[in-house]
Amino acid sequence: MKRLLKYLAGYKKETVLAPLFKLLEAGFELLVPLVMASIIDRGIANRDMGHIGRMGACLLALAAVGLAASITAQYFAARAAVGFSAKLRQALFDHIQGLSFTSMDKAGTSTMITRMTSDINQVQSGINMVLRLFLRSPVIVFGSMIMAFTIDVKSAWIFVVAIPLLAIVVFGIMVWTMPLYKKVQAGLDRVLGLTRENLTGVRVIRAFHREREEEARFREDTGALAASQIFVGKISAVMNPVTYVIVNGAVIALIYTGAVQVNIGALSQGEVVAIINYMSQILVELVKLANLIITITKALACADRVANVFEITDPGSPEAVPESREEASKGIGAPFLEFDHVSLTYEGAGDETLHDIHFKVERGETVGIIGGTGSGKTSLVNLIPGFYPVTEGAVRLEGRDIRRIPEAELRGRIGVVPQKAVLFKGTIRGNLQWGRPDATEEEMWRALELAQAAEIVEGKEGALDAEVAQNGRNLSGGQRQRLTIARALVRRPEILILDDSASALDYATDAKLRAALRGIEGETTTFIVSQRASTIRHADKILVLEDGRAAGIGTHEELLAGCEVYQEIYYSQYPQERPGSAKAQAAEGGVGNGGR
Amino acid sequence: MAADKKASGALRQVLAYIRRYWVFLGVSLLLAAATVALTLYVPVLTGDAVDLLLGKGQVDFAAVFAIMRRVAVAIAVTALAQWGMNICNNHITYHVVKDIREDAFSRIQELPLKYLDAHAYGDIVSRVIADVDTFADGLLMGFTQLFTGVLTIGGTLVFMLATNVPIALVVIGITPVSFLVARFIATRTYSMFKLQSETRGEQTSLIEEMVGNQKIVKTFSREEAVEQQFAEINGRLEKCSLRAIFFSSITNPATRFVNSLVYAGVGIFGAFVAIRGGISVGRLSCFLSYANQYTKPFNEISGVVTELQNALACAARIFELIQEEPQTPDDPEARALTDAEGTVEMENVYFSYVPEKKLIQNFDLQVKPGQRVAIVGPTGCGKTTVINLLMRFYDVDSGRIKVDGTDVRHITRGSLRTSYGMVLQETWLRAGTIRDNIRMGRPEATAEEVEQAARAAHAHSFIRRLPQGYDTVITEDGGSLSQGQKQLLCIARVMLCLPSMLILDEATSSIDTRTELKIQNAFARMMEGRTSFIVAHRLSTIQEADRILVMRDGNIVEQGKHEELLARGGFYAALYNSQFAVADPGK
Repeated sequence: MKRLLKYLAGYKKETVLAPLFKLLEAGFELLVPLVMASIIDRGIANRDMGHIGRMGACLLALAAVGLAASITAQYFAARAAVGFSAKLRQALFDHIQGLSFTSMDKAGTSTMITRMTSDINQVQSGINMVLRLFLRSPVIVFGSMIMAFTIDVKSAWIFVVAIPLLAIVVFGIMVWTMPLYKKVQAGLDRVLGLTRENLTGVRVIRAFHREREEEARFREDTGALAASQIFVGKISAVMNPVTYVIVNGAVIALIYTGAVQVNIGALSQGEVVAIINYMSQILVELVKLANLIITITKALACADRVANVFEITDPGSPEAVPESREEASKGIGAPFLEFDHVSLTYEGAGDETLHDIHFKVERGETVGIIGGTGSGKTSLVNLIPGFYPVTEGAVRLEGRDIRRIPEAELRGRIGVVPQKAVLFKGTIRGNLQWGRPDATEEEMWRALELAQAAEIVEGKEGALDAEVAQNGRNLSGGQRQRLTIARALVRRPEILILDDSASALDYATDAKLRAALRGIEGETTTFIVSQRASTIRHADKILVLEDGRAAGIGTHEELLAGCEVYQEIYYSQYPQERPGSAKAQAAEGGVGNGGR
Repeated sequence: MAADKKASGALRQVLAYIRRYWVFLGVSLLLAAATVALTLYVPVLTGDAVDLLLGKGQVDFAAVFAIMRRVAVAIAVTALAQWGMNICNNHITYHVVKDIREDAFSRIQELPLKYLDAHAYGDIVSRVIADVDTFADGLLMGFTQLFTGVLTIGGTLVFMLATNVPIALVVIGITPVSFLVARFIATRTYSMFKLQSETRGEQTSLIEEMVGNQKIVKTFSREEAVEQQFAEINGRLEKCSLRAIFFSSITNPATRFVNSLVYAGVGIFGAFVAIRGGISVGRLSCFLSYANQYTKPFNEISGVVTELQNALACAARIFELIQEEPQTPDDPEARALTDAEGTVEMENVYFSYVPEKKLIQNFDLQVKPGQRVAIVGPTGCGKTTVINLLMRFYDVDSGRIKVDGTDVRHITRGSLRTSYGMVLQETWLRAGTIRDNIRMGRPEATAEEVEQAARAAHAHSFIRRLPQGYDTVITEDGGSLSQGQKQLLCIARVMLCLPSMLILDEATSSIDTRTELKIQNAFARMMEGRTSFIVAHRLSTIQEADRILVMRDGNIVEQGKHEELLARGGFYAALYNSQFAVADPGK
């Protein structure tokens, strides 16, 4: 909670004024009995109608002033609480935006969502309540005790015993339940996770007809959640009755001491009544406080969960990599992009994903990366924009270690088309602007044409302004993929990374796309990750990966001559061309191999 | 007022949920009554005790002790009753919440894909989680305070009427103002709370979208833009939250103000009555303290009312989801398809997602048992739509689809779908172990069967290399697994079930060709004797199909075997040749 308090800093005025006005209101409330006493003592006793009228007006005035003070207090409390939570939410969102890929792999999406929504809402209502009531209650509790001392010291000692007892109960329950509320929130995480999962996987779940089982699973999770809620509720439920017992026990004690004191003539009957009233006042206040405590305990538990997200920080900052002398001198004449004996082990993974990858790329070259499923193709291209830090070696752009290049600058020069074709809610234009916010209409169309996506956009009502649903669900897989390619092209990147980006495209479109991309080459250095030999066979350089190691680097012809893994891949796709295959001889120059 | 109507509708539904716990509700009410009666009784007892303290040497200790004992008993009973009441209320609240969530979840399972495809997941999630939560808070507060509040009002009212009718009438005359004020504010704030909840839903949607695709956001260095987008919604949320919270929080001071009026009224009017000798000073002060007791619950109730307003606004959103039209239920006489032979017929099928955009028109198709049907065509031509219809994710607009001679609308959905083994291009894995993911279609499968399926899908070797093998826990989106590995797992999942028909929609698009070749063999064995539908871009994978359907703009433009189609030299031939011919125009 402490680390979150800084988000209240902008609301200092509100956080001071809200309780202050609340105190003012309480003060006015305390004056009422005095006025009433005056009505009884002077008005009724002297039959003074004028006095009663004046004092009555005074009561109404106190009520009106109290109302004004109270509304003011509520306003400041609401402003501070809502403002705080808005700031906190923004800060949390910004923090998540700043996390590295490694940190993101560790944190789950669902829990981030509950923390940003439900948890922060709880913190908000906690703060609101604290500002409204938390100062008022202790003031009334201790104020009553002091008043008791002014009347009768002996009776007042009962207050001195009762108040710490009450404090122990209230705070004891608070400390006990706090971890339990955390458990409740964790249960909520699970319920949310399952709900999300069932929405994203609805087709698979229905295909396997697991709806009933999913419901059973959900029931199990909500059952566990309800059980933990009821358990913690049981403990919280003790608070009110126990405070009631303590306060009324004190009242019994007060009657007894009162009886003794009155009997020896040290106290009058009226004074006993007054002292008992003070004790009752404490009870009324505590009932309010008890409700507040639950809210606060929940809020604190939630605040902790929010604070935990802030604690996820990334270890490696760019400054951590010292520039070697050797490296500085490499600036001129260095290759455009260089993988210098790079190895990569993901955090928490046992094995190396990439091992000792070493190659150089000149500006404008096209590099094809091919290899089996899980051979490390995506991991390799992910190192270029620095999504994951290398474990050994270095990736250098124009001789500079990419870890030393500011993230925004580095990524601004690279256009990535990820495997998963994701578009965002909004318009096509808005999605293309992800590539470059200031792209002109003309540039967008150019990119769309290159990506073979112009016809998709032309076919939509509103063209560039056509709606895109969340995740681009109103578009087919192939359409999405072409639009994500256009999105990367809009930025006219120096380095273009196509990570198996044509998998959802049919061959004709794929081929047209490749032809178009070749048209813009020249200054763009392109990395193409693919399973299809046809997609990469004309690359200047082909890197063949097998289990994270480079099984071969070279051109199509070189690899076909000397790289076993490449041969295997290639002939699996072009069986006709396999030397010795009957079809290969029959189809020489035929349909299957126009490219040779 | 439409909003009002919706709120009362929501209230009715909430009551229907509460009704299931009527025993707890009854006990809770009884205990509440006991608590209130005793809390009103204790001051009377203490008052009596005070009356015994007449002065020096005049205290009747025996009588005082007798009263003290009675107070002690009353306190003990009150405490127990209060505790019991709290427990009951907790029980009711959390069970109602659980029931509502479960109903919402069940409804999600039954909603047509048409609805789910068209709604933001984040918004639905926000309804099931955040809205239900807010609702629970309101409900709990309502329970614990509403009952006791109402009963306290009733109890004190009786006492006051018994003591002095005219002064009591003053109190009764002024208090309705309190209700009016509370009501006035509540109706005004309902729409504010609704707006707040909607804005929250919008924000959750954005969070879901951006946090869920965080890597893409970072890839394009869009962090700042996304943060701004978030800030815009956040700003709006702040504004409408502030309004909702502030205006609703006026209720409390406003009703307290009315209470002060009551107090002043009793004081002034009582003083005049006292002057005329209508009431003793002691009685009047007693009256005043009860007037206080009487009005306090109004404060609480009005607090509860705003809380309930908020809760109802949230409840309305949940019920909106729960009452969403479900898919047409299975025909009661629908047959369960077991061991389907695999005859599939589509007759005059028309279908479109939106009426304005015609998609599939007059589609006819006859598939004999065991045939292999490949569907090809350019992207967006409706291939996946055909699968949506076969699986009955969507119903045809007109015409019909028959399996084994029965219209699919007369077959239970579950049996129809489990008769197909489906592998989609978009891999979906759930958070859990690899083993559980493979076993999804057949949870009772043994470890050997799971391994066998994984081997058949060529997933065994990479699974073995994972830190905990088959027991490795993967996160929601499959975490660090590559797209291809995820696809292998999805194939293993189907391999384990081996239903009588197969649908492979780009099932191997992310798998490398060498592994694919091996899987193709496994598929080939699997497809033996099974009717199969294969959607693929790699035309090499479908050459063996018994029939190839070439689709374009929702229609079948050509169909036949690979060789026939090639010989025809039409659209298919062009498509097929393009994958080789255009491979190197640059050279």
